[in-house]
Amino acid sequence: MDDLLYREEILERYYDAPRRGRLEAPDRSAELDNPLCGDRIRLELALGTGGRIVAARFDGDGCVISQVAASFLAEHLEGMPVDEARRLPADKVIGLLGISLSPARVKCGILAWRALQHALDVTADSATNGSGIDLSISTG
Amino acid sequence: MKEGAMFTESPSDINSREAIPASVGGSTGGEEALGCGPGGSGTSFDAESLRADFPALEREIHSGVPLTYLDSAATAMKPWPVIRAVREYDIDYPASVHRGLHSLSERATLAYESARERIARFIGATDTACIVFTRGTTESINLVARSWGGRFLGPGDEVLLTLLEHHSNLVPWQMLARERGLTLKFADVTDDGQLDLESFDRQLSDRVRLVAVTAASNVLGTIPPLDQIVARARGCGAKVLVDAAQGIVHRPIDIEAPSVDFLTFSAHKLYGPTGVGVLYARREHLEAMPPMLGGGNMVLRVDLEGAGWNDVPWKFEAGTPPIAQAIGLGAVVDYLGQFDRLAMLAHEEELTQYAWRVLSELEGVRLLGPDPREVGRAGIISFLVEQIHPHDLAQLLDRDGVAIRAGHHCAMPLHHRLGLPASARASLALYNNAADVDRLAGAIERARWTLRRPPARPKPSLTRTHPEVGNG
Repeated sequence: MDDLLYREEILERYYDAPRRGRLEAPDRSAELDNPLCGDRIRLELALGTGGRIVAARFDGDGCVISQVAASFLAEHLEGMPVDEARRLPADKVIGLLGISLSPARVKCGILAWRALQHALDVTADSATNGSGIDLSISTG
Repeated sequence: MKEGAMFTESPSDINSREAIPASVGGSTGGEEALGCGPGGSGTSFDAESLRADFPALEREIHSGVPLTYLDSAATAMKPWPVIRAVREYDIDYPASVHRGLHSLSERATLAYESARERIARFIGATDTACIVFTRGTTESINLVARSWGGRFLGPGDEVLLTLLEHHSNLVPWQMLARERGLTLKFADVTDDGQLDLESFDRQLSDRVRLVAVTAASNVLGTIPPLDQIVARARGCGAKVLVDAAQGIVHRPIDIEAPSVDFLTFSAHKLYGPTGVGVLYARREHLEAMPPMLGGGNMVLRVDLEGAGWNDVPWKFEAGTPPIAQAIGLGAVVDYLGQFDRLAMLAHEEELTQYAWRVLSELEGVRLLGPDPREVGRAGIISFLVEQIHPHDLAQLLDRDGVAIRAGHHCAMPLHHRLGLPASARASLALYNNAADVDRLAGAIERARWTLRRPPARPKPSLTRTHPEVGNG
């Protein structure tokens, strides 16, 4: 499992992540951190006509999973209707990594997704949580 | 298999009734021979042979990958005598304490109270009533904050803590401060993670009613100078609480040297069961403190209008206590009592210095805290590996069977002070050896190799461009 997690494709994306950066004039943005481990993700979105996300960028620092998931998510969001992005389930983002995550690392994997929820003002009640993923972040 | 005189059976006898030493089964006699008081010691210590006492050390984490356990500061492994003592209670005399008049209950009560006596002696307390069983260090500190602090501290009073504290010796005081209008003061650390005594002195004043300090940092291994802290606190009339959750594992603890008011620790970091811990408090404090929880056992008589409290320490032990676990902690005291404490300490210091040297020679590794070759400190070594987040490191190390902690180790203010979001931590216990350290070093090097930047390849062009946005 670890070999899949830290495979070359993932590491290339970690060191040279597509969509890492900032937009000049984002329409929506949010920055979140995971106090448990210090992972930090800022997500910025540019909205075009027709209610679509035309550009997405992320910035931040943290573990391989949090950063690579953010890169995949930003790529995935581009061209997506905002309504669809609001409904994007958390487990879809983890699916983009192509591996399953242990419960402790799920929180790393969904940090960018949580930033998306904030950026699009999705309340916790209406957020689609996918299949049984624990979204709580606790700290010891 | 190396065991004390009281534990002569083999591990395979675990389910045998004959395997359980009589003293754990309820007799209060016999433990004197073990010399388990502070500074008291057995006659031998052999770090290699005692590994056989800890069955979990023999397991494989993945097929063919043995366990290298370097997370004992989170929770330690348990030796056979402790496992047997707990299991024997469950199998042979699973009865409540201080209640029944039948044989099993009497035996359980004797074993439970015998554990209290041995624990008292282990930390140099002559008055057994000063030992309160709790769920652990966290509950012990909360009990002092709620009960003693709730009665004796008020607006304008100050509690002096240090930046080395675990959240369990910080958050209860924050909660009390908000409720009672207290002010919290914090003694700083030096850049190499030692307690800054000048900062401590600046924060200390006649307004400080309590100094609450760790006996050993769970992140940096720092051992604050308790003698000096207690002397200074006494000079200002302040009481002293020592959080010995880590300290008691790494140094002999004697509540009279220096003389402290409160001392707290957990069994599970001291090779004992989870779910039980100890509050030691001077009798005058316990007598003056109101109970925190009401219920059975903590009362002498109850009518519909009210209740009269039981004597100390039972006043603070409402409900059915963790009986098996307390008996298990008593067995820890017997187990450790067979060893020469000075030899044990020397083993840990030697291993800590070895680990420091080996890790500091690794490329890209930065060690945190004081250098054990210069100052005495506990075998708790936190570190950073260049370019690797501690969570990634911990996951990669686990692949090699190496268990470490990653994160902030319940000490976020200390990490903030050091300018770090998180760190990796390897903690040493009496059963660790140089081979464990070597496997850790090897696993770190493999993790660095695994997470190396892949060779450059022609970068694929972006499939979609957006002229209206800046270039990410």
